[in-house]
Amino acid sequence: MKLNSKAMPASEGFKANRDAHLEALARIGAAAEAARAGGGDRARERHVSRGKMLPRRRVANLLDPGSPFLEIGATAAHDMYDNAAPCAGVIAGIGRVEGQEVMVVCNDATVKGGTYYPMTVKKHLRAQEIAEENNLPCIYLVDSGGANLPNQDEVFPDRDHFGRIFYNQARMSAKGIPQIAVVMGSCTAGGAYVPAMSDVTIIVKEQGTIFLAGPPLVKAATGEVVSAEDLGGGDVHTRLSGVADYLAEDDAHALALARRAVRSLNRRKPLTVDWASPEEPAYDPEEILGVVPADLKTPYDIREVIARLVDGSRFDEFKPRFGETIVCGFAHLKGCPIGIIANNGVIFSEAAQKAAHFVELCSQRKIPLVFLQNITGFMVGRKYENEGIARHGAKMVTAVATTSVPKITMLVGGSFGAGNYGMAGRAYQPRFLWTWPNSRISVMGGEQAAGVLATVKRDGIERAGGSWSTEEEAEFKRPTLEMFERQSHPLYASARLWDDGIIDPRKSRDVLALSLSAALNAPIEETRFGVFRM
Amino acid sequence: MFDKILIANRGEIACRVMETAQRLGVACVAVYSDADAGAKHVAMADQAVHIGGAAPADSYLKGDVIIQAALDTGAQAIHPGYGFLSENPDFVDAVEAAGLTFIGPSARAIRAMGLKDAAKALMQEAGVPVVPGYHGANQDPEHLSGAADAIGYPVLIKAVAGGGGKGMRLVERPQDFAAALDSARGEAKTAFGNDAVLIEKYVSKPRHIEVQVFGDGTHAVHLFERDCSLQRRHQKVIEEAPAPGMTEEMRSAMGQAGVRAAEAIGYKGAGTVEFIVDASEGLRADRFWFMEMNTRLQVEHPVTEAITGVDLVEWQLRVAAGESLPARQEDLSINGHAFEARIYAEDVPKGFLPATGTLSHLEFPAGARIDSGVRAGDTISPWYDPMIAKITVHGPTRGAALRQLERALRWTDIGGTVTNVSFLRLLACQPDFVRGDVDTGLIGREADSLTAAPVACTKARSIAALAALGLHEGAGELGGFTLWEPLGWDVALIHQNEDIQARVLVSGPGCFDVSLGEGVRHRVEFRGGLWWVDATRVQARVARQPDELTVFWGNGYRFDIFDPLARETSAGGDTNVILAPMPGLVKAVFATAGQEVREGDRLAILEAMKMEHSLLAARDGVVAEVLATAGSQVEAGAALVRLEPEDE
Repeated sequence: MKLNSKAMPASEGFKANRDAHLEALARIGAAAEAARAGGGDRARERHVSRGKMLPRRRVANLLDPGSPFLEIGATAAHDMYDNAAPCAGVIAGIGRVEGQEVMVVCNDATVKGGTYYPMTVKKHLRAQEIAEENNLPCIYLVDSGGANLPNQDEVFPDRDHFGRIFYNQARMSAKGIPQIAVVMGSCTAGGAYVPAMSDVTIIVKEQGTIFLAGPPLVKAATGEVVSAEDLGGGDVHTRLSGVADYLAEDDAHALALARRAVRSLNRRKPLTVDWASPEEPAYDPEEILGVVPADLKTPYDIREVIARLVDGSRFDEFKPRFGETIVCGFAHLKGCPIGIIANNGVIFSEAAQKAAHFVELCSQRKIPLVFLQNITGFMVGRKYENEGIARHGAKMVTAVATTSVPKITMLVGGSFGAGNYGMAGRAYQPRFLWTWPNSRISVMGGEQAAGVLATVKRDGIERAGGSWSTEEEAEFKRPTLEMFERQSHPLYASARLWDDGIIDPRKSRDVLALSLSAALNAPIEETRFGVFRM
Repeated sequence: MFDKILIANRGEIACRVMETAQRLGVACVAVYSDADAGAKHVAMADQAVHIGGAAPADSYLKGDVIIQAALDTGAQAIHPGYGFLSENPDFVDAVEAAGLTFIGPSARAIRAMGLKDAAKALMQEAGVPVVPGYHGANQDPEHLSGAADAIGYPVLIKAVAGGGGKGMRLVERPQDFAAALDSARGEAKTAFGNDAVLIEKYVSKPRHIEVQVFGDGTHAVHLFERDCSLQRRHQKVIEEAPAPGMTEEMRSAMGQAGVRAAEAIGYKGAGTVEFIVDASEGLRADRFWFMEMNTRLQVEHPVTEAITGVDLVEWQLRVAAGESLPARQEDLSINGHAFEARIYAEDVPKGFLPATGTLSHLEFPAGARIDSGVRAGDTISPWYDPMIAKITVHGPTRGAALRQLERALRWTDIGGTVTNVSFLRLLACQPDFVRGDVDTGLIGREADSLTAAPVACTKARSIAALAALGLHEGAGELGGFTLWEPLGWDVALIHQNEDIQARVLVSGPGCFDVSLGEGVRHRVEFRGGLWWVDATRVQARVARQPDELTVFWGNGYRFDIFDPLARETSAGGDTNVILAPMPGLVKAVFATAGQEVREGDRLAILEAMKMEHSLLAARDGVVAEVLATAGSQVEAGAALVRLEPEDE
């Protein structure tokens, strides 16, 4: 039951791996730091000089002291919009307020006045999606000028654009998921609906404003000259309009009022799984950096990772002698029972069938699933196509797509092609999807993609009687290789919110524990699978 | 031995008597007032009888009710403790008349020692040295002044019926005598209904040394001396035994004087003969004089018990039950040294003002004897002496015992009220006291350095900040987890009228960085139930209440926690103008222009919908103008009174 690690922490290979991972991690850390800096020193100073708390400080003081904070999209919009929207201008994550896990969405007004870039919208919606799927109350710390006008075409009109925020609020409120807004700055135009659509709204005196049109637009439209405070300040909204419910003296007071609002929610987390007493792994999670090869092409035993994630390093492996390229089994993580599905090579038909079987087991038993994804894809070639690997792969994909148990996916290596689907990639709606700095994601490997394109090109040239030197071919392949290299990098992926964030692999256990804990706020429904192609 | 006794007292002494009685298999009946229904002594007792209201005159001083309680419960004897009825001879008579035993001296002995001048005369007859003075009946001011001249200045004027410093005056020069006499007499008349005074020599470096005696009605022994020179306004603060610098010759002389005093009045039970000692040239056998005899068990008896190994309450019970003296003089000896400190709920910087409060936290160190009548959660009420506990330590030498006392005080954790613990601790370190160079004026001379309120250092403030955030036992599993940089929490505290803004970065379940502004930062860690500050293990403890906390670290540092919700604006909106909340008739206007008003003051009455609505000031301020007159009909939202705008 207890896994036996074969790792040699004193070996050169171990140290080299560790050094490579630390280097990759440093790059992510630097990106995260840039995101945390928000709109830069000057904007931050201006913000503070108005008596406002900086956004991360707001988040902290909203949460219970010492609460964990599982941030999502910490490097969102990295290297996008000329880096004008660090962290996508909004902080989002799960923390505890009055002992309850909540989703916090906090605008960063130091970033272009907190206006919504396309990625801001996407991040806000992702936060709401997490809240809705996991039944987490939402607290919006609002300080935003609304849609970013130069980007209005990518922010306003489509289904998953700005309007969806308020749609989600209404739908969540209808489901009994509390919506609380704290207006700590502007709340203009569409943004005015965040507080207006909330169950409970707090506004900061002489600081928060809510209006459909600000003073400049009012003047342009009707000629009326009015101050922001008289148009939609805290006094107006708590005394006259009723748009807000409580008037706060300042940020600290407002956050205390929000905490008080949570105290009266009368919610209790359902008891859905049979918790065990938590236990540390027998192997130090710190060693993950040494046991995972620096190069994705180097195979390794995924059990080395599992041994550093689960309680007591104990793993009850399912069907260990069948379809060995997928490792399935039961374990506990900080006391929570989980089913693990992890890649140990390319997926063959047997492995896909085993995984489908295991998903059925976990669904029957209502055990959350953790996917450790390191997959180059399903096996290709005549033998495999003829034996129906697509049919077996479809079983796995069906099982993963239709199970009702919470799925949490972690990209610990490659995520290529249809393997991504079977292993609960983003499209399969895992409750959370985290990536490691060494992970890569693309439809296929860069070399394979360039090779496919080169083969097509060579066929065309040779059909026309021409010739193509290997140098010319290499030159042809280079842009594709470079594009794949750039676009498959986790920073590129995470900037676009293809995942919920890049994490330090050593914190995987904690991240998974917090993800599971958040996910278990929602009851686990009965699963109804689709038709399995037998 | 008795089967059952009643203890006519409360607090620590009632508990202390019960401890011994119960150890001897004697059942105990407690009595209690309204204020003490939930007190420790009631809980400890085998039976408890309610005897009246909270005021002592309605309960603990009601001898007849207490005697009836003893009769009703079948108690055979009454132990009076100290204070209350313990030295009231009429009560002793009543107890005996009821067929019960009074655990203490006879009424005659108490009466003999009750009036100071008579007692001194008696002692002089018995060969006990007394302070030179005039104790006569002639109260003519001229005569008294002449007596003072004969004794030699400085002199003390004391009320004959006095005690506790009331009706007492020090006179340094003859020309001040007349005025001092008048004021002493006035005070004595008010306090005791008797303005007779005596004149005594004033001893310039006085020490208060008392001898513990014990008699069986015929014979007496002494259990050596106690030095109670550390006094504040004649109230003992720290007592010790034996007295520092005591010689065998003087001890023997004092002990024999004590025994003579006790035997002269046929003393039965535990008593104390107090002497004043002139220590200006060290302790000398010819420089001690009888002051008074306390015909009861003393508050500070534990120090004597510590050095002699005798349980004085056990002796009291045995002798009262008819046994002769449990030990001969030659059986008694001194072992080591002991100190007792009296812990009170009092505000030392505010002139030792008695304090009250609920003891939200109460922990005492192991290794010290604690006599206490309260438990955590109990209340120090204004009705009685605000003593929380007596802490007694014993060591092989004076130095060792004193260091133990200091340590014990450092580990005395009391939350919920102010206490004198810091003062006691400073006193325990006071260099003269440490050297044994004491006199009754020491505390007065050193008051400034001893009574300053201890101010928490920044390290203690760091721990206070953590406690205020509820992090004083760590942040728990996954506490402080973030993907990248740790988050920081803000907390505002008030300590000694100083606002403290702290920011706490939580980088792990027990790992904190606390910033206190002006570049002051401390790394605080909590591991295995212990605190480290800047990598040094510290012995800080915390008692946390909803709105205040105390950090115990040498001293108890109290902090009030600022609650952001306390800033709730009641009215909200524009607090400058008082508006009519609905249409109605202005019934009355109380405000006038220029008037200062306080938040909540009624400024006008509006009658509407058959109801009278009081319109209150939303804040403190000055009325700028009154915009409505009584009798006028106003619309909703009409401005009725305007205040001067607040200064920003």
